[in-house]
Amino acid sequence: MGLALLSAAISGIIFGIGLALAGMLNPAKVAGFLDIFGLWDPSLMLVMAGGIAVNAAGYFLFLRSGKPLFASSFSLPEARQIDKKLIIGSVLFGVGWGLAGLCPGPVVASIGLDPLSILPFLAVMLAGLKLGVIIRTRI
Amino acid sequence: MTINWTEFTPLMSFLGGVLIGAAAFILMLTKGRIMGVSGILAGLLPPNSSFELFWRLAFIAGIIAGPLLLTRFGLYNIEAVAVAEGGILYLAALLVGLGTAIGSGCTSGHGICGLSRLSVRSMMAVATFVLAGVLAVFVMRHLM
Repeated sequence: MGLALLSAAISGIIFGIGLALAGMLNPAKVAGFLDIFGLWDPSLMLVMAGGIAVNAAGYFLFLRSGKPLFASSFSLPEARQIDKKLIIGSVLFGVGWGLAGLCPGPVVASIGLDPLSILPFLAVMLAGLKLGVIIRTRI
Repeated sequence: MTINWTEFTPLMSFLGGVLIGAAAFILMLTKGRIMGVSGILAGLLPPNSSFELFWRLAFIAGIIAGPLLLTRFGLYNIEAVAVAEGGILYLAALLVGLGTAIGSGCTSGHGICGLSRLSVRSMMAVATFVLAGVLAVFVMRHLM
C-alpha cells in the first residue's frame, strides 16, 4: 500500500515536471501548436514523440506479461469499438482544448502555480466531467 | 503554413515528453494503471470507493508538486500566457470535462498511453480532438 502510493506520487511529480518543461502549462504555446493556419509552433509534436517513444518502449519490453509491482493485475481499457461516444466526446474536448489551450493534466499541474485563475476552471471542468460520466451511460 | 521558429522549443519539449512517457511507464509498472488524467480525476468524484481513492490522490498531489519544485528552487521559469477569458474560458472548461468523460480520455490517456499501446480507438480520438482543436483555434484567431 505504502509503496504503491509512493510510486503513484513519484509518477505524478515526474509527469508535472515533464509538462512544465515541455511547455504544456502555457496555453499560448498549446494554441500555437493548434494554429496550423497561422504561425505554427510544432513543439507539441516533440512532446508526443518523446512521450510515446519512452512509454511504448517500456510497455512492449516489460509490461505485456506478468503483473504490476504493487497491484494484482494490469487495468487496461477493454473497449475496442470506434463508437459515436468516442468521436462526439473527442470533438467536444478538442474544441475546449483549442479555446482555452488547457487540457486536464496541465490544469492540475497549474493548481499550485496560479490557484486563483486555475481553481475556478478546475471546478467547471470537474462539473463537466461528472455530467459527462452521466451522459455517457445514456447515449 | 509558417513555422514559428522563435517559439519552437524542440529540445525542452522532447525532454518534457520523455519525462511524461517515463511517468506513464512508472504508473503502469507499479499500479498497472493507464496514466490518463481525466479518468483519474473522474475516479475522485463521488460516488467512489475509498480503496481506489488514495493512489489517485497521491498521483494528483505529485502533479501539483512537480512544477512547484521547479519554481521553488528556481530551476525553471514556467511561462503561462492565457488565450481565453470570461465566458469563453468557462465554456472551454465545461467542454474539456464533458468531452474527456464522453470520449473516455484526454491528451495523456489517449495521446500518450493509448498511442503507445497502438490502440486504434486512441488513434481515432487523438486525430479527432487535434482536428477539433485546430478548427477552434482557426475560428477564434482567423475568423473572429
